Amino acid sequence: MAHNPDAREALMIGTRTDGSTVRRPLSPHLQVYDMLQMSSLTSIMHRITGSIWSVGMIFFVWWLSAAAAGPEAYATVQWFFGGFIGLIMLFGLSAVVWYHTLNGVRHLVWDAGYGYDIPTTYRTGWATAIATAVMTVVTWIVAIIAWAS
Amino acid sequence: MSEHIPAVNRQTSMQSGLGRVRGSGSARNGTHHWWMQRVTSIALLPLTIWLVFSLAVHAGDPWEVMAEWIGRPFNAVLLIVLIGIGFHHTEAGLQVVIEDYIRPERRAMVAGLVIKAICLVLGLLSALAVVRLAV
Repeated sequence: MAHNPDAREALMIGTRTDGSTVRRPLSPHLQVYDMLQMSSLTSIMHRITGSIWSVGMIFFVWWLSAAAAGPEAYATVQWFFGGFIGLIMLFGLSAVVWYHTLNGVRHLVWDAGYGYDIPTTYRTGWATAIATAVMTVVTWIVAIIAWAS
Repeated sequence: MSEHIPAVNRQTSMQSGLGRVRGSGSARNGTHHWWMQRVTSIALLPLTIWLVFSLAVHAGDPWEVMAEWIGRPFNAVLLIVLIGIGFHHTEAGLQVVIEDYIRPERRAMVAGLVIKAICLVLGLLSALAVVRLAV
């Protein structure tokens, strides 16, 4: 048997009823789960949006540091986020933030022990998708009104 | 070791130490990491909604307005709370993703430590920025 440096592997080996061993799938894996299922799609989306938001935090830090540094540094931030790439990024980030926030509520409800059955999971999944779209649009309507006035 | 076993147990139990603790829960952190992710997410829910709309209503505002807004006591405190809890949640979330997808274990551990360091430095940096504008 090959040397295995990962202790976690020991927990990932299962046994079939005929006694042969099988590798268990790990957490949300794109190769293992059907991504057209509401359950696995919303699950992996939660991780992806969380990871994107983590990277987006760098821009939040940049924005705050520039504000503390003074008007010149802040003007650079404003130039970046006012440009085409900056606006696309902000729009994407706002959608990501709303999805992770709203699906996070869904996770908290699950953790409290509710909504585990498949019909409810599909209903709340669709509700999260629609609410994400609505809240993203609302956020940008507020931003555009503020910008114009 | 025997002094930790209650007197009643010492007299009657023939169980080994391992047998006694088996099934009694974790010997290490147990559900702490999982639970803190939930605690931080509950706190971040109102804070995130507040920040998103606060930023939206200030779209395009010049430095003078934003620096003054960040520096107001109420906003500054909420921002610092958001930074502290937010980076805690970020670090905890990324750690789980790393543990699930990065192998071998050694590399996952190194990546987890790097994430910890980055989150700590960025968190302190942004908190310092808020404090600088507030005082």
